[in-house]
Order: sequence, then structure tokens, then C-alpha cells
Amino acid sequence: MVHLTRKLLSGITLAAMLGVAAVSTQANAATLQMAWSQDATGLDPHKQTAFSSLRLLELIYEPLVRVDASLQIIPAIATSWEFSKDGKELTFKLDSKAKFQDGTGVTSADVKASFERILDEKTGAAARANFLSIASIDTPDATTVVFHLSQPDVPILTAMSDVNAAIVPASEIKAGSIGTKAVGSGPFKLDKWDPNAKEVLSANKDWAGGATGVDGIEISVLPDEAAILAAMRTKQIDFALLNDPLVATLVPKEASLQLNRVPVLAYHVLQLNPSRKPMTELKVRQAISCAIDRQEVLDTASLGEGKVTGPLTIPALATDPSQLFCYKRDVEKAKKLMSEAGYADGFSATVIGATGEPPTAAAEAQVIQSQLAEIGVKLDIKMMELNVYVDAWLKGDFDMAIALNGGRADPYTMYNRYWTKAGNLQKVANYIDDTLDSQMQKGRAETDPAARKAIFAEFEKHLAEMSPWIWLYTSYSYTAQQKNIAGFVPTPTGTLFSLSKVTIQQ
Amino acid sequence: MNYLMRRLATFPLVLLGVSILVFVAIRMVPGDSITAMLGTEAGLLTPAQRDSLAAYFGIDQPWFVQYWRWIGGILHGNLGISVTYGRPVLDVIVERFPLTLELAILSMIIALAVGMPAGIFAATHNEKLSDLGVRIVAMIGQSTPSFVLGLLIIYTLSAGFGVLPAMGEFAPLWQDPLRNLSQLILPAITLGFAFAASVTRISRSAMLDVLSDDYVRTARSKGASARSVIWRHALPNALIPVVTLSGIEFGYLLGGAVIVEQIYALPGLGRMVLDAIQQRDYALVQGAVLFIAFNFMIVNLLVDLAYVALDPRIRLGEP
Repeated sequence: MVHLTRKLLSGITLAAMLGVAAVSTQANAATLQMAWSQDATGLDPHKQTAFSSLRLLELIYEPLVRVDASLQIIPAIATSWEFSKDGKELTFKLDSKAKFQDGTGVTSADVKASFERILDEKTGAAARANFLSIASIDTPDATTVVFHLSQPDVPILTAMSDVNAAIVPASEIKAGSIGTKAVGSGPFKLDKWDPNAKEVLSANKDWAGGATGVDGIEISVLPDEAAILAAMRTKQIDFALLNDPLVATLVPKEASLQLNRVPVLAYHVLQLNPSRKPMTELKVRQAISCAIDRQEVLDTASLGEGKVTGPLTIPALATDPSQLFCYKRDVEKAKKLMSEAGYADGFSATVIGATGEPPTAAAEAQVIQSQLAEIGVKLDIKMMELNVYVDAWLKGDFDMAIALNGGRADPYTMYNRYWTKAGNLQKVANYIDDTLDSQMQKGRAETDPAARKAIFAEFEKHLAEMSPWIWLYTSYSYTAQQKNIAGFVPTPTGTLFSLSKVTIQQ
Repeated sequence: MNYLMRRLATFPLVLLGVSILVFVAIRMVPGDSITAMLGTEAGLLTPAQRDSLAAYFGIDQPWFVQYWRWIGGILHGNLGISVTYGRPVLDVIVERFPLTLELAILSMIIALAVGMPAGIFAATHNEKLSDLGVRIVAMIGQSTPSFVLGLLIIYTLSAGFGVLPAMGEFAPLWQDPLRNLSQLILPAITLGFAFAASVTRISRSAMLDVLSDDYVRTARSKGASARSVIWRHALPNALIPVVTLSGIEFGYLLGGAVIVEQIYALPGLGRMVLDAIQQRDYALVQGAVLFIAFNFMIVNLLVDLAYVALDPRIRLGEP
């Protein structure tokens, strides 16, 4: 008892000394205190691709449509939409209540200007490649927009749900202030941004989606995730994004905290470079696929936090991985394939990875190194700073690469960059396959969901069998929250949009 | 005075050298502002898109043109614009520097306040058990990485006591002194611990050296008290290595304490430079490195001047 009192007393003294923030959080209880380890890198919704940037901008800007937790398309600025029979005309009706944060209404002219900005090469928009089928845009009235497409393009609707296709005010485009000023039509306004330190958001009272659950959100950048957890323990932080599974698995051990996890669309993959010997040989690639125990990679590198996956990570379309080529480890088969390809004695290769991106990259490389050693493949692991890695990756300058590649809600948008002949990242994949190309084109034009699913199932099966890459697993996206925070819905895209309806219970 | 002028005259030359080094070094690292912003998605850009972004980031010109523009700007007091912050580089640095300066001063106070008495104590108890104790603690202090100590402190406080100074937003000293100190005291202890350990070790050995000198023996034989021998006669002479060490350490600390700033989420100079390198914010990296080099030179100069004050026999700049 004496011991306890002393501990309590010293705790109180310490609290007094450190000027604990608990007092200040209660004063403005309706502000959600949030933390993440990596900050947004910019405010131009059309140019940003960093995870944190997208998560921040989704709270400020709105696209025409959104996807929900089951990846179904739901309204955002547009209340309804329709493809013409030939699939070459896409018409949107806009919400007449939608308003930008400067008070002006969102009109069809803003939609047109936004897409013209994305399509303009001078903008350097990240998602431009997804919208190249747009031939022209008509605005018959203030709330109607018609996209005329040069060819049937079903995936374009999903691509439009991305914040990279956000609608920005035509006036701001004209003023050239996109990226310096954030004026969107979303649930929150950006009051202050101190890069790599803090963002302050306040509720947008005019938001067409109704009232938000909190008056504002303050996002602190705490670069060390262990420190984020510590700050949550002391109730400084209500809600946090976590990347590192090692930290995330500690959250449930705290009685007052809750861990939300949801499988994401992004996938961990071992990219082989089929333009380099001996990965040019199908049998060598297949041998590597057979020699890798994906579950073991997942268990060792990521504490089992995730799910083994094939190429398709979209739940509604994914095939059961056990049906795919060599997803059950078979070292004998791998050795046989190696000797058939003329590499019975194995070979040496280098695998590159980015330090900390994902945090599991080095561990994945090490497990794979030991697994491949069993079939005589000697892997040399080269870890690099992210930017250096990206540079080598974009040039296709590697034998093998450990990667965490982003997923999309539509398989065409997700993979056309790699596996079609005209794909922008064809140079990274370094693998040309007529079957894959034609399957992609068919999937793009098909409007019947069942037929589409069948096309992409074939695509996935073929891709796994050709093994240009070895798909490993999908991990979870983690958010941690105090138990008195209600209403957050985690989704596979990782969006934090549901923070708009989150409330803080007293 | 003459010496001071001559030293100051070398500053521009050294800074020019630093400017070339940092300019070349940051550009030799693969990747650029475009890949830093877009990551692997940069591969989706068409050549025209890439050109337009390169122009936006100011990396479309040959490197010597870029360098010339940058140096020209500096001569007019303009360090360029940071692309991440969208503000002049100098503004960003000036905003971050007070934290770093304060942290450096606090850690130095902790280091000297703990390290010097400990070192003197150990020297005067040479080869006794207490000396051994001090040496062991100092050894541990020097070999404990700051991220271990920092995380240990954070974990113990948050898990054991449920308290932690507010993280994220930093309160400047002149706005909220109490909150400011609460935010900086733990990082300062983390940094000061290892720093104090070095001070302990160096002041102990310097003191031991001095204590065996003739003049100390003379003072003792003339009947000076043990206290007066140590504080009046020995200490001033033992200070020179301590000043050298502290000066160098202080200079380093002014460049920012990257790891401690990361752990405690302090927006100081070190983290700013690290982020700027990762985001390939060339102007900010260049400006900050130049600024850090300048500080280092000033600190070095002050250390040299301190020698003269401590030991009147030292004449700077004379053969």
C-alpha cells in the first residue's frame, strides 16, 4: 500500500512537472487528436501519391464518387451516374448542395476544369494515365456532366473515386493556387499545415454530407511509432495510423485502446526481372515460386499479420490462393524445374529492398534468401534508402526486388500499368505476354460483373503460372484508437474518410 | 583582434567549399524531387509531364546553372524557396533553430553540471571503489545509444506512470516557458546523459594529469587546503580539454539531434534536414547545411577564444 501510494505520488509529481496535456484535451473535447509517423508531402490532390497525403486530402477534397468498405461505388459530389449502352458515354448528376469551402457551389464547370487539369501534361497529374480514354467533356447544365470516351472503359468509374481525381474549383485552377491553398468540398477545412509537424483541420459547416461528428482534427507527426503508442497510453492521442505490425500488435495489450485492422489492397511481392538471365527462363521463375513458402515469409517477417495472396487482392474478385500455381511449397518440384532449365547448381542474384518501406522489407528478403538457398539460389540482399530504391525500380535496374505495391479497387487500373503492352510501367515489369494483354483489354470493356470476374480469374491464374513476380501476402492497415471514439469504419483502401462521422464519447 | 579578423576572413572560403560539397552530394544521390513526391507512381508520367514537374522543382537546368543561381541568390541574402514548405528556406530554418539551440544549451548544462563534478570526484578518489563506480556509469552512458535511452524513458513514463510531455506541436520558450521546458527536459536528459559521460571521462583524466603536476605539489606543500588546490589551482588548467570536447559536442548538437528529435517528435533542425533529404528538397538541404556549417565555425572560434581566457600563456595566431 505504501509502495502504491508512493508510486501514485511520484506519478502525480511527474505529471505536474511535465505539464501533462490531459487538461488541455478535455477543454476542447470535440477535437480529435490524431497522430501518424509520416506526414503528407503536399496539398495538390492531383499530384500527391504518398499514403499520408492521400489520407489528408480525402478529408478536404471530394471526388465525384467514392468506394465504400466493400469497394462498391457510392455517391460523393455526384448523386447518380450512368453508362450509355455502348459504354462510351458516362453521365453524372451532381449534388446541387455541394459547396466548396470558399462558399461557392460545385458546378459542372468545376468538374470539367478539374479533369482538363488532370489530362493536361503540364500538370504532372499522377492519375492521368487512368483517364486517357476521355475524348471530351460536356456540361449541358450546372449539375450535369457527360464524359465522352474514345472506347468503352468500365474501370474509369472506379478511378474517379480516387482523391487523385478530386474536383477542385475552376477559379483556383485559373489562379494557379492548387497546391498552395486547399479549397475542397470535403468534410474538413485545412486551417494550418506545418509540414512534418502538424495539421489542423476544422469542420466544414457547409459540407453537403451533413454535420461532422467532431469540431476538428489535429494531426501530429510523431515519427517514432513506439512514441505514438506511448502518447496513446497517456491519452494525448485519440486516433493514430500505424504502419509497423510490431507496434500494432502491442495495441490490444492496452486496456483503453482498440486496434482496427483490415486487409488492404496493396500487396507484398518479390518482383523477378524476366529480362535478366536466368529469370528469362519460365522454369527458373516457376522454380522460385515453388521454392518460396509464402506463409513462412508472412509469419516470420510480419508476425503472421496478413494473408497469403495471389495477384488479385480485391476480395470480390480474388481466387483462393491454394488454387494457384505452386502456392504450396514444393522444393523437389523446384529443384526439378531448376535442373530442367539447366541451373541444377543454382545461380547468384541480387535482391533490392527499401529500408523501412515497408518496415518488413529486410525481414522478407532474409526469409526468402534462406528459402531460395535450398534450391541453390544465392541471394545477395541490398537495402537502399526509399528514393534510391524507387530510382532503381523505375529503371527496372534489379535482378529481384522486394516491393509493396499499391492496389486499386479495379483490377484493370491496378495492373494495366505492368501487364499490358502499352503499360507505363512495362519497363519495370519487363515481361510481355499476349495472353495477359488481351485479358486486360477484354476486362476493360466488359460491363457484365460476372463475365468480368471470369476474365480476371483467368488473368490471375495465368499470371501466377508465368511467375514474372512472386506474390506473397497482403498485410493489414492499422489504426489504433481510444475506446471512447465511435464510428470509424476501416476500409481496404485505407481511407480515413469515415473520420467525418466519428464522435468522441464522454 | 588581428587573429579574429583573419579567422573571420576565412569563413566565406570555407562556406564556399561547403556549398559546393553539399550541392554536389545531394545531387549525386539517385532519385530526385519528382520520385520523392510520386514514389513509384513517377513511372506513370509522360516525358512532357516530367519536364513540367522538373521546371516546377527548378531541376530542369544543368547543374552549374542551378548552382550559379543558388550562389547568386545567397549573395543577395536569399537561400531559395523550400518546395515542401512553400516558404523561403531562411524562414524555415530560423523557425526551427531556436528549438535546436535551446536543446543544445540544455544538454550542455546537464552534461557539465553532472559530468564535471563526477569527473573531479573520480579523479580525487583515484583507484578507489567510488572512482570505479563513476567510471562504470560513464562507460554505460557513453555506450548507450540515444534511441535506446529515449525509448526507455518514454516507455517507463507512459506505461509506468501514465504521463508524457505533450508531443507533436512545440511550444516556444517565450510563449509558454513551462510547456516548453516540459517538452525539452527529457530529450535534453537523453542527449545530456551520453554527453555527461564523455565530460566525466575527460575531466577525470585531465584532472589526474594536472594533479600530478609540480605546481600542484608546490601548492600542497605550501599548505593550501585540498579544496583550494582542486578548485583554484588544478581546475582551470584541467578545463582546456573539457572546453574542447564541449565545443565540438555543442557544435554537433547545433546541427540537430536527429534521433532524439525523431523519438520525441521535436521539430528541430536535425529532423528538418532528414525530411528534406528524403523529400529531395534541394534548396532546404543546401541552405540548412550551410547554416549548420556556419554555426560550427562560430563555435570553433569561440572555443579558441576561450583557451586564451583560460590560459593566458596561449597566444592565438602567433607562431
